[in-house]
Amino acid sequence: MNNYFGYQGVILRVNLSEGTIKKEVLNIDDAFKFIGGRGLGTKIFMDEVDPKIDPLSIDNKVIFMTGPLTGTATPTGGRYMVITKSPLTGTIACSNSGGYWGAEFKFAGYDAVILEGKAEKPVYINIVDDVVEIKDASFIWGKVVGETTTILEELHGKKARVAAIGPAGEKLSKMAAIMNDRGRAAGRSGVGAVMGSKNLKAIVVRGTNKVNVKDPEKLKEAFSRCMAKIKENGVTGQGLPTYGTAVLVNILNENGVLPTNNFQESYFDKAEMISGEAMAEKYLKRKDPCYRCPIGCGRYIQIDDIEGAGPEYETLWGFGSDCGVSDLAAILKANYWCNEYGLDTISTSSTLAAAMELYQKGYIKKEDLDGGPELTWGNSEAVIEWTKRMGQGNGLGAKMAEGSYRLCESYGVPELSMSVKKQEMPAYDPRGIQGIGLNYATSNRGGCHVRGYMISPEILGLPEQLDRFSIEGKAGWTKIFQDFTASIDSVGLCLFTSFALGADDYADLYNAISGTSLTGNDFIEFGERIWNIERLFNLYAGIDPSQDTLPKRLLEDPIANGPSKGHVNRLSETLPEYYKARGWTENGLPTEEKLEALGLKEYKYLMS
Amino acid sequence: MKVTIKLFATLRDGRGKILEKVYSEGTKIRGIIKDLKIEEKDVAILLKNGINTKMDIEPSDGDYLSIFPPVGGG
Repeated sequence: MNNYFGYQGVILRVNLSEGTIKKEVLNIDDAFKFIGGRGLGTKIFMDEVDPKIDPLSIDNKVIFMTGPLTGTATPTGGRYMVITKSPLTGTIACSNSGGYWGAEFKFAGYDAVILEGKAEKPVYINIVDDVVEIKDASFIWGKVVGETTTILEELHGKKARVAAIGPAGEKLSKMAAIMNDRGRAAGRSGVGAVMGSKNLKAIVVRGTNKVNVKDPEKLKEAFSRCMAKIKENGVTGQGLPTYGTAVLVNILNENGVLPTNNFQESYFDKAEMISGEAMAEKYLKRKDPCYRCPIGCGRYIQIDDIEGAGPEYETLWGFGSDCGVSDLAAILKANYWCNEYGLDTISTSSTLAAAMELYQKGYIKKEDLDGGPELTWGNSEAVIEWTKRMGQGNGLGAKMAEGSYRLCESYGVPELSMSVKKQEMPAYDPRGIQGIGLNYATSNRGGCHVRGYMISPEILGLPEQLDRFSIEGKAGWTKIFQDFTASIDSVGLCLFTSFALGADDYADLYNAISGTSLTGNDFIEFGERIWNIERLFNLYAGIDPSQDTLPKRLLEDPIANGPSKGHVNRLSETLPEYYKARGWTENGLPTEEKLEALGLKEYKYLMS
Repeated sequence: MKVTIKLFATLRDGRGKILEKVYSEGTKIRGIIKDLKIEEKDVAILLKNGINTKMDIEPSDGDYLSIFPPVGGG
């Protein structure tokens, strides 16, 4: 029992070079200013790490950070985030994951673990409450995630939770994820490669403490209200539980914004075959919810001798229409191998799509394939086999494991990479959805849909239906969505709750638990602070605002087919409005006034 | 007029995936939804020829509608 509420008050610091383990006191003032998770993790990272370092050097650090609501009786309160400098993008990386690991880690009595240095030989960290050990990992190095997890569970008990990298992280693939509870991923930006660069295979955790709540009565009231909203909301109460995110395949395709053949087309006439409806009919075994989740969007699937976490919408899109593939079984298998090798499914599938376009255009030749299946559109065998080769880091697979930008650049055609700041964009064509294009272009970790999900108002009509072809008001909407998302991440809840909950609800939950007194507006403004500190990190890292852009194809080549035919993304019109909405200069730099207003003035000296 | 109706997710239950229907001129989408015994509250995304539309719009001969219940995620 500690004297904190929502927080555990302890940050674990493990130096892998020296083999030292320290327990430090959480700076509660910083916590109240940056909430926790993504916000506080970025603040700590910013203060400790020079933004200019090489992400795969010994100077990089990795922070596993929970939010104040992680491990509490709040809907979806089980998330953790991994903050580091991304080897894929060179920007700040914050990859967020569900499952059970985050809550278990919090129960061990910590808010975060900061990993520094590099172990001489492969190691893993075992945490049982206040006992923390660095242990030899040579017997699991090289093994896939499932087997690694099984072995560590046998050693440390079934109640232990495992976050591990697979062979892709060990081989420093810039698309490597950190996998926890087998099928959940801190997926994006290559965070698994940074863990691999430190020779750290896994963190095993078992915790038996609780998280203190300041006002249990107030929490009970806020919890009941939020649960009722989640149950009554059509998306969180019905849609996501029934179909998971996979239901989006048909929605995006019907709108003509389902990128196909590496964004050469935007309507896939075989979408039905790879849809959520088809998956539910053929392969769904059961729901697979995360810690304390009333939604349960996770899918548990079975196909042939494979069973485990099913694909998200983005994965169905990536290995499906973006590679021209209509064979659902092949997509499920590619997804399975991504989880086993520890690869981000969005970057992996999108890189495969880029490789197929390189093959289509003659840059990759048949003799370059090392005897592997041809990289032709729609080739099911290719998506399975090349995913494995990327995971193993063999031959052309190793080149592909660097991500689509570096792959295409090596053939002199970086413009064929459908990425922003070198990170692959997800499954929504910004030519037919103006706001998501602005979102991608300005996201602090490159191409990404969870840094402000403009799909919600532009496609799903939530909280209201916006005209997806119009640019009017999109800058303001994008800014608010980005800021709001940063705060939700930081408290430790799942973004999907925001289909049903508003800013006041999150503020109430946080206040009840931590004794803070935030309004809904404060909650969003905290997100703005977090957004700006991330932006500052990127600017110091040398990611200048000229990189706030989209691939040329999306700005110049109109959509070729389907209901959104003829449209391009009008970023040159929305970006200046966005900078203005952010209170930045017209060149995209946060002003001194803005930094002062957000309480970030101590960072302004870095602007010179 | 002939209208093609594409149904998705739970709206398919007991109705099917794609329906070809003939309606009299002037029928609004609201009327079509009623004819299909779908409650308006169960219509979250409504598209005519792939573009957002509204209940009081009259489709033309050869149009297709895509109708989704509340679903989403990502």
